[in-house]
Amino acid sequence: MADNKLYCVSALFDTPDKIINAARKTTEAGYKKFDVNTPYPVHGMDRAMGMGQSKIGYVTLFFGLSGAVFIFLFMWWTFASSYNIVVGGKPFLSAPAFIPITFETTVLFAAISTFVGMIAVFFKLPHNSHPLHDTDYMKAVSGDKFGLVIEADDEQFNRDRVTDFLKNLGAYKVADVYIPEKETYKLFSSGFVIFLIILAVVTSAATYITLNKLMYVVPFSWMEVQDKLNAQEESDIFADGKGMRLPVEGTVARGELPYPFYGQPNPPEVLSNPTLPTKKVLELGKRKFLTFCSPCHGNFAQGESRLHGQFPTGPTLVSSKINNYPDGMIYHIITNGQNVMPSYMHQINREERWAIVDYVRVLQRAQNPSQSDIQEVKKESSSNVAK
Amino acid sequence: MSVDYSKEIPLVQGRLTMAQLDDAIAKPMSVRPGKIYFIALAFTSGLLLLGVLGVSLTFYFGIGEWGNNQPVAWGWGITNFVFWVGIAHAGTLISAILYLLRQKWRTGISRFAEAMTIFAVMCAGIFPIIHTGRPWLAGYLLPYPNSHHLWPNFISPLVWDVFAVSTYLIVSAIFWYVGLIPDFATLRDRTVSKVKNFVYSFFSLGWRHSNRHWRHYEKVYMILAGLATPLVLSVHTVVSFDFAVAVLPGWHSTIFPPYFVAGAIFSGFAMVVTALVFMRKVLGLENVITIDHLDRMNKIILLTGSMVGYAYLMEFFISWYSGVPTEQYVAVNRAFGEYAWGYWIMVACNALFPQLFWSRKIRRSIPVMFLVVVLVNVGMWFERFIIIASSLHRDFLPSSWGYFTPTWVDFSILLGSFGLFFTLILVFSRTLPVVTMSEIKGVVEGAHPTHHKGDHNG
Repeated sequence: MADNKLYCVSALFDTPDKIINAARKTTEAGYKKFDVNTPYPVHGMDRAMGMGQSKIGYVTLFFGLSGAVFIFLFMWWTFASSYNIVVGGKPFLSAPAFIPITFETTVLFAAISTFVGMIAVFFKLPHNSHPLHDTDYMKAVSGDKFGLVIEADDEQFNRDRVTDFLKNLGAYKVADVYIPEKETYKLFSSGFVIFLIILAVVTSAATYITLNKLMYVVPFSWMEVQDKLNAQEESDIFADGKGMRLPVEGTVARGELPYPFYGQPNPPEVLSNPTLPTKKVLELGKRKFLTFCSPCHGNFAQGESRLHGQFPTGPTLVSSKINNYPDGMIYHIITNGQNVMPSYMHQINREERWAIVDYVRVLQRAQNPSQSDIQEVKKESSSNVAK
Repeated sequence: MSVDYSKEIPLVQGRLTMAQLDDAIAKPMSVRPGKIYFIALAFTSGLLLLGVLGVSLTFYFGIGEWGNNQPVAWGWGITNFVFWVGIAHAGTLISAILYLLRQKWRTGISRFAEAMTIFAVMCAGIFPIIHTGRPWLAGYLLPYPNSHHLWPNFISPLVWDVFAVSTYLIVSAIFWYVGLIPDFATLRDRTVSKVKNFVYSFFSLGWRHSNRHWRHYEKVYMILAGLATPLVLSVHTVVSFDFAVAVLPGWHSTIFPPYFVAGAIFSGFAMVVTALVFMRKVLGLENVITIDHLDRMNKIILLTGSMVGYAYLMEFFISWYSGVPTEQYVAVNRAFGEYAWGYWIMVACNALFPQLFWSRKIRRSIPVMFLVVVLVNVGMWFERFIIIASSLHRDFLPSSWGYFTPTWVDFSILLGSFGLFFTLILVFSRTLPVVTMSEIKGVVEGAHPTHHKGDHNG
């Protein structure tokens, strides 16, 4: 023990009166590095030791206010900026409804920061290797005695003088406390290495099981696993081993009436137009014509292709040949295709194909208007002129 | 009956010295518990297992195992949640509010009451999670960064609940642990066992009882008490918002926050007394947790019980005064309808029986006191059940009226929560000091300087 460095001289007292007197005298004697250890806080000790008010309240204040500001801004951001949702017709920034959570978070931040600040910053704990630990002195002040230590670091410290000083204050026991020798450990001792290996194996196994097995455990499976076949699944029931079945031969899907002259370049007869050229039909026809026909035949059906020779240019539809086609023939060409033109049966449905036929008739008539058509247009445009 | 009120009653009876106090408090942790302890533990953990069974069935087969139905969708799940959160309020009231009010008698019971708070919040926390039916989705209640920018609805009382209850649990645990640090240090220096020494050293963080630490410590204790006081009032207020913010007649009421807080303190104190009556006897702490403590607690039970009784009357008055026919119907239906049996159990247990505590003799008689506080526990559970079931089962639309009947799974989960609570209490009573050693030593006679330099002739 004698080889070790002296940490302090400790003194034990048995009444609160004696310890407070001792603390006062020690302060008056000018010692700075001393401490009092008591099993519970003794009234008036702070003053006797010449200490002022604790400043830890500022930690609480700062972090409490930070918590309030943070959570209020956070709620404002989520509600009014990140993802706006109207709840109960309230405004996005409905401050009164934010109050409860703002309050709770203020308390949470304040309490946690005060606790962590006290332990880690003010007390510098945990500190289990302090020289005072495991001494008779500490065992006494943990129970019902009151102790005072004067540290060897103090400027006025002199072991004999301090011992006498403390004895004179009425201490029933005065003892030296030494700094214990620092225990050192070899880094690669066999026990430690084995411990590291076990730790590594256990950690990796636990991580693997958690991330790859545990996370994928299905709590209930009966909703997902059902006695039915999904598309693309195999099945033993059918000879071909497929779960999916083809529809019965001759099945007609809704809206897919078969076209009787499909595949015949020159049909013996054609269908008659079931539609009337109403405004609604013509507008549908215009939209579909511009989508599907105009790239090759041009916006006005005059064969002015937008593809600029990258693709065979479609013929004009305003020729006397096509003018004289019956409606059903134009419909046949759209449905069946002709020369390099493919069939549009699957892109454009039946109703739309007839609407296109009607619209093509409009374009043809616009190219070769009759006298009465011109009269009609003139009448309409003159009525639009501002007088 | 002559009581001298001019003299303060000593907080610790029998003129115990500090060393004797330490011995008495630390004894349960160093001796092997007797047969009765193990029988009690077997019983409570049996109940706990029953609860585990009920919860497992709920998880496996779904919420249909419960008696919940439309319209009474909240059933016992939320009843039990509110009940346990209420129980949790006594601990912080004793440790924080009574601390700020300089009620020194709280020292004998504060540690135990705080432990009860934490255990009760744990019991409470289970219920909303299992009541959702999809407990693995509970994480979505907390805001977490995600690519969809989906956030909790921060203006919903149910989300306020999540924040209030989890904050309450964390702050209570911090408060509890701060109080435990010096006690762990004392235990560390008392024990001769190496293992215990390691454990106590670890949790004591190397506390040295230094006055340079006590100075901050006392301040922090006061700050935490100051934070916990509005917090404890806010928690049950927020719980009451779950009801009061709804437009349901019988719930939509501004009296709910104070009514719930009073009820929470009431039920919490009743639970503390229920447990302390046994605890002081079994652990031999009758001189520390004295009959005077129980007397004072019973006075608070009397006060809060009367406040709850006032709220029952006021609910009737307001429903009549509001002039809303549905509201009036619900009030009458509550007292004389299908749930009248529950309503009158509630009124008798909460408003009438505690009135016995006007008598000093009854306040200080252990058997009578025990009977009354048990009845209060029953009554407070029924209060939550009546608020939920009787309001929900008949609301605006007569076509959707119904009646709630619990199943045995409901019973098993309720009993299981009691099992969890009392198992934790039993384990706590043998592993941690039930009384705050560093505080109780500070309130024995002669613990503080006399300010005349030890000269007792002055």
